[in-house]
Amino acid sequence: MGLTALLRLRTRRQYLLARAVRRRRQLTPVADRTDSLPAQPILLFSTVRNERVRLPYFLAYYRRLGIDHFLIVDNGSDDGTREFLAEQPDVSVWSTTAGYKQSRFGMDWMMHLLRRHGHGRWCLTVDVDEFLVYPFCETRPLRALTDWLDSAEAPSFAAMILDMYPKGAMHEQPYREGQNPFEIAQYFDSGNYVISRNPLYRNLWIQGGPRARLFFTDRPQRAPAMNKVPLVKWDRVYAYVSSTHMLLPPRLNLVYDDQGGEKPSGVLLHAKFLDTFAAKAAEELARGEHYAQSVEYRAYREGIARERDLWCNWSEKYINWRQLEVLGLMSKGNWA
Amino acid sequence: MTQASTLGVVMLCHAALDRAAQLARHWAMHGCPVVIHVDARTPHAQFEGLRSALKDLPDIRFTPRLPCEWGTFGLVQATLDAATRMLADFTQVSHVLLASGSCLPIKPVRALQAHLSAEPGIDFIESVTTADVGWTIGGLNEERFTLRFPFSWKRQRRFFDGYVALQRKLGFRRSLPKGLVPHLGSQWWCLTRRTLEGILNLPDRGRIDRYFKRVWIPDESYFQSLVRQVSTSIESRSLTLSKFDYQGRPYIFYDDHLHLLRQADAFIARKAWHQADVLYQTFLTRDGDRAHATEPSPGKINRLFAKAVERRVKGRPGLYMQSRFPVRARGAALAAAPYGVFSGFAPLFTDFQPWLGRALDARVHGHLFAFDRVQFAGGETVYKGGLSDSPTLRDYNPRSFLANLIWNTRGETQCFQFGPEDEQDIAPTIASDPNASIFLISGAFAVPLWQSGRSAQEVRAEAARLQKVESDFIYMLKGVETKARIRIWSLAEFIENPAEPLEQLVDLLNPRAAHRVTELPQLLDLRGFGSFLQDLRNQGMAPVLMGDFPSDVELAQPNPPFARPRIVR
Repeated sequence: MGLTALLRLRTRRQYLLARAVRRRRQLTPVADRTDSLPAQPILLFSTVRNERVRLPYFLAYYRRLGIDHFLIVDNGSDDGTREFLAEQPDVSVWSTTAGYKQSRFGMDWMMHLLRRHGHGRWCLTVDVDEFLVYPFCETRPLRALTDWLDSAEAPSFAAMILDMYPKGAMHEQPYREGQNPFEIAQYFDSGNYVISRNPLYRNLWIQGGPRARLFFTDRPQRAPAMNKVPLVKWDRVYAYVSSTHMLLPPRLNLVYDDQGGEKPSGVLLHAKFLDTFAAKAAEELARGEHYAQSVEYRAYREGIARERDLWCNWSEKYINWRQLEVLGLMSKGNWA
Repeated sequence: MTQASTLGVVMLCHAALDRAAQLARHWAMHGCPVVIHVDARTPHAQFEGLRSALKDLPDIRFTPRLPCEWGTFGLVQATLDAATRMLADFTQVSHVLLASGSCLPIKPVRALQAHLSAEPGIDFIESVTTADVGWTIGGLNEERFTLRFPFSWKRQRRFFDGYVALQRKLGFRRSLPKGLVPHLGSQWWCLTRRTLEGILNLPDRGRIDRYFKRVWIPDESYFQSLVRQVSTSIESRSLTLSKFDYQGRPYIFYDDHLHLLRQADAFIARKAWHQADVLYQTFLTRDGDRAHATEPSPGKINRLFAKAVERRVKGRPGLYMQSRFPVRARGAALAAAPYGVFSGFAPLFTDFQPWLGRALDARVHGHLFAFDRVQFAGGETVYKGGLSDSPTLRDYNPRSFLANLIWNTRGETQCFQFGPEDEQDIAPTIASDPNASIFLISGAFAVPLWQSGRSAQEVRAEAARLQKVESDFIYMLKGVETKARIRIWSLAEFIENPAEPLEQLVDLLNPRAAHRVTELPQLLDLRGFGSFLQDLRNQGMAPVLMGDFPSDVELAQPNPPFARPRIVR
């Protein structure tokens, strides 16, 4: 990489950090319990808006994996989300009514909290509909993974998004509070992901899955990115560039081996396509606060009307992480 | 009189001292005195916690704390101090075991004691000459002993590497202490009192220690070398199961390894994760694990870790995913399995695709790279793995499309048709893929044009274009970059004797075919094609790729040659 490119990335990173510092004033603490963190905690960071129904299962899922504390920004919910979170003993909540889009889709707020509380700690940054699956996650807590990553001197861990969907129309099986969403959204596309490498940021750019298959057939380059690096041993000089898809400095994006070997990686099961989705799509379209002028949501709305169902004959039914590893969606690498 | 051996345990600890306390208690409860050394870099409060946790046990000692950085002499010095203390304080000890704060006894302590009593004079220490070790990391074997290593490998890597390079360049060599033959081996050993005393009382130990202070990773060589000078009966294997990954880090055991550890033939396992509660609970009970002893099957553990290394170093061929993305220059074969590409066959036969599927026991697709849509076998709109038949999606990243198709259908050979009328972006990829077999009948693209019923004048431009595309493809296939297996026939050559090429391709793609192919597909009646070619010539085009296609008069000759051909055996 040339000197100019390095300088460009450095400038970009400093700009992102400065944004995060500037926008910290938008956050008002609702319940700040970060003083009582245990030693070397594993932290989870998230931005939510009107997710009251999904939160109980989300919190339970990550508590079971071994998240010690949740740091959550509530972006103007009016369904009791904030109050619910504030009651939880292992959750700290900040609230803001500022624009989601103007805050780089919440990433400025996330980065401020990461800088403030994540330095030198393992931090998982996920949305409320993303559920991390990693090798041996049924028998080994997240701490086993982060200890191993520490010993391997790996500062970051890849987990691509895997869109999960039900068989039949989304509204046919309503989601109940506390329910495992993957009882409904049981299916996924196992082998239609296309990959290219971004030479500047050195990350892999992955697209595909049911969204590309159904909603982006005529403009595949607009299909959403599936690559994510959600788990990072944070340092206050790090920056997420675009959602959690890629990071700066670029070495954090080297979560893959380019000589034929496999590094360990996981998957973020994406519980987006439930009955709650139609309402969400309508709301997001009205707000216009999502990526690329809500082009995704518009495509869904048109697509949903047309397709009804994301399921196809070759949809794979989810069993466990070993299945995902056999299919080649994730890898144990040399963690045995 | 056979006296029961008394085992003493030297424990080197640096973290997770709550587990160290649990382990020390386990040893002590089973009559094994323990001498503990705690790294000086461990916080004092933790050390005090360990002390107070063990203060009810009389046979536990602590030695002064030294800093033990990985790969330095501190670890050896700590071991020497603790061993000296052990031999002095506990005169009943006949064997000393070196263990870490995460070395978990996986067999009952009395089984270990019995093992030692059975052959009381044996020293269990892995000790291999530098010429014979194959497992060291960083390419440093003998040079560990002949170069100096004043810099830390972990903290001052650049200086470390630079100084090694400099010494190599200058041809620097240290002289070894007299009588020392360098040996390497696992740092976890179990020595007899006599041997250990022999090492501690070596006449020139001061000089030896000074020498080893500048040896790299002396804890893998100090005792392993010196034991050769004092012991007469060495069993060169460790009683401690310790596996290293390809970068020299020890593998860690978790709760889900319980079953494997029960089948290990070693007595101690290094290292158990500090939160592996099930392992600690199971093995640290009175008299050890009381599960019904399974037949030892140490191969299972070896295989598990060998596979992990292979996955990390080589990975699964043909898989492209978020944590494996080989670049071309590294010799990465593209596809996960062999596949066949057929150009010009389908238009010559009435039933080529079904025939090929039967003959090869393979999945035969149409033109996967057709402009209008992906022609999956059976006309499916979505194929295995969720591949779409949308040409836009395919053309967005044709390499990924093909790699995905071959990966998704592992276990079933894939074949597809490909010709000059298709999207050509994929051509360089299949040409350079060692897993591709490309069979091409040049000039066959003209047959559908002839069959279309349009006049030579109308199809002339199209024929010329297709011929250009196909000759470019053939030119590429003959280039140096090509790694695919290639067979090319001109149309004229092919129809002269279609059976032989067909047989060849079946042999190539399905060498283990259960039965030989006797039935061949039905060739089209090509009478009239010759004059079509002549018409093209008359229109000013030069159809060259077909070869010397016989005129209709010749084709009409010896009886009907286009009856279904059969191979006579």
